[in-house]
Amino acid sequence: MFPELNAILNTSPDNFKQGELILVSDRRADASFLVHHFLSFYLKAGCKVCFLGLAQSFSHYSAVSQRLGVSLTQAKEKGQLIFLEVLNESLDVLLQKTSNTESQALDFLRDPAVGLRGLYDFVRASVSDSGVGGEDDGGVGTVGRWGPPVLLVDDLTVLLSLGVSVGSVLDFSHYCFVTVCSQLKGNMVTLVRCEGEEDEDEDGDEEGSERLLKGLTHQCCLTLHVQGLPTGFCRDIHGQVEVCWRKTQKDKPSNQRKLFQYKVHDKGASFFARGTSSAVL
Amino acid sequence: MAAPMKSMGSSFNATSFQKKTRSKLISIPGTRPSVQNGQLIVSTGVTSLDYLIGGGLAVGTVLLIEEDRYNSYSQMVLKYFMAEGVLCGHELFLASAQDHPDDILTELPAPILDDIASGPHASQDAMKIAWRYQNLPKVQTALASSSRFGHYYDVSKKMEPEIRQAANCHAFYLPEHSTESPLLESYSALLRSIQEVIRKGGFDGAAPPAKSRNVLRIGLPSLGSPLWGDDLCCRDNPAHGHALTTFLYGLRAVLRSSLSVAVLTIPSHLIQNRAVMGNITRLCDNAIALESFKGSDRETNPLYKDYHGLLHVRQVPRLNCLLTELPDHKDLAFKLKRKQFTIERLHLPPDLSETVSRVSRGELAGAAATGTSCGSSGNKHLDF
Repeated sequence: MFPELNAILNTSPDNFKQGELILVSDRRADASFLVHHFLSFYLKAGCKVCFLGLAQSFSHYSAVSQRLGVSLTQAKEKGQLIFLEVLNESLDVLLQKTSNTESQALDFLRDPAVGLRGLYDFVRASVSDSGVGGEDDGGVGTVGRWGPPVLLVDDLTVLLSLGVSVGSVLDFSHYCFVTVCSQLKGNMVTLVRCEGEEDEDEDGDEEGSERLLKGLTHQCCLTLHVQGLPTGFCRDIHGQVEVCWRKTQKDKPSNQRKLFQYKVHDKGASFFARGTSSAVL
Repeated sequence: MAAPMKSMGSSFNATSFQKKTRSKLISIPGTRPSVQNGQLIVSTGVTSLDYLIGGGLAVGTVLLIEEDRYNSYSQMVLKYFMAEGVLCGHELFLASAQDHPDDILTELPAPILDDIASGPHASQDAMKIAWRYQNLPKVQTALASSSRFGHYYDVSKKMEPEIRQAANCHAFYLPEHSTESPLLESYSALLRSIQEVIRKGGFDGAAPPAKSRNVLRIGLPSLGSPLWGDDLCCRDNPAHGHALTTFLYGLRAVLRSSLSVAVLTIPSHLIQNRAVMGNITRLCDNAIALESFKGSDRETNPLYKDYHGLLHVRQVPRLNCLLTELPDHKDLAFKLKRKQFTIERLHLPPDLSETVSRVSRGELAGAAATGTSCGSSGNKHLDF
């Protein structure tokens, strides 16, 4: 959890908006440090987190979260975190060794045309038994053991690389949004990585991750877009983050945009207004 | 295992001070923990490339080399990588669709085995005045580290067969494997073969602890070329654009759970679709691109006369931490000398005389050199 980012987004683990879709994207940069921020943020807030770790192994996330003050293994044991480590389980599926029908979640690896239905079922199963509305309460109150459910996906572009069509990924994210955000009043954070310039007009149809980015930007409440500095490479400033609040839940339809520069440290990241980096001043 | 050393059950320090614990870890020859973050790293065979990617290649990661146009320097770097594996006693896995892996292995450069730190022993005359210092070793002036992590190779000679055959090498030659298999089975056959080798060799930790651990070096030259049955390089919109990326995902899954490291070269100059290249780069951990001056007009450009090509660092990974080890400078150039493959920061040669500079400055400005930061302002010769 990065305290400066919490100040920028006006949230804290005790008080954050629910029912939000947060889109983290990058263009020729690496926005995965923001995913680690959100993971530790929601674990500290006491939410039930479902994490789809497509890009890296569990030990990587665990090692980084350790530095941010959260233990993923403990959270997994307590039941607060449900971690789907796709990298580990993908090998059997890709090499077609075992055809156990237990985990349907990775069906898309066997045949990308099938779509992400199995993955969505996995997500729904893990966020539904979050203890909200426990049966032994007599059905009176919906006091769950954990807070509202949160779905974190790192990252959606890997699904595109594995051959899943853009339409399937958009369907999957829409189904998850309805289930997690609208029905269960939880939050959802996804990461989409793009390449290339924004205004390139391709002759053929647009590149997959651009379409995915546009589709998700339309749906989300908050986007954080990470880019390199427009003036070039700098060792002290790693890039810029553009934070954009889209339609809010209240009546005022304000679209606020703010631009910050950031630098990633060993134990966090610092955000500052443009031109106020400590290396410059 | 891209996990840090701690997860292997040892208390390994980066300093030479070793605690007297009963550590069950058998240190693997040819590897050492990284100074920055404690990862286990191996040398790529090119010491300047090691320095660029943060000390060495972390075990469990992939290095992607985007080939230069004639595929000469990228093959050279791959041969350095394999030769380093032979010298460190690692096991090798080489997969190729074009040349037979055994042919590639006969062309490995010969190592320079005499100690590079010691200067010429020519002056063996007895010292007359400072005879007390006769038996002391000579002072090192070269910047060689005391622990021999990387080796140097002589490109003009081939490695001796005795040294080469001491290493255990597994080969995967595509024409022997593909029967009338459907398109794109070649990648899954390769992945299966790699997984078999890792399992049988015990690189994934399943071996009994009595057997000493070793690292598997995987070399994959010219992956993605049309010889692998892939039309990625042939068409703008390839029919199965995700076959190579699925293979890379499976490769990452295999490597993260075993003691192996992979270097692969891809002819990126043939791939028209830039988005696919972006996907490929993101699925590999380290990525560099070589751009040689051969055949282009930069070969005769006086700006580049000291170098053979440019080197671009496309990606540096974040392994188990938030930080990456970014290189200091992004404008780098390489030169293949007989005894060394050097990578240096691109710098302008000195302007020695007035007349020469006036003539050549117009050409240089037109060449739009990437290394310089001055804007090219046409061919005006300002004469004050």
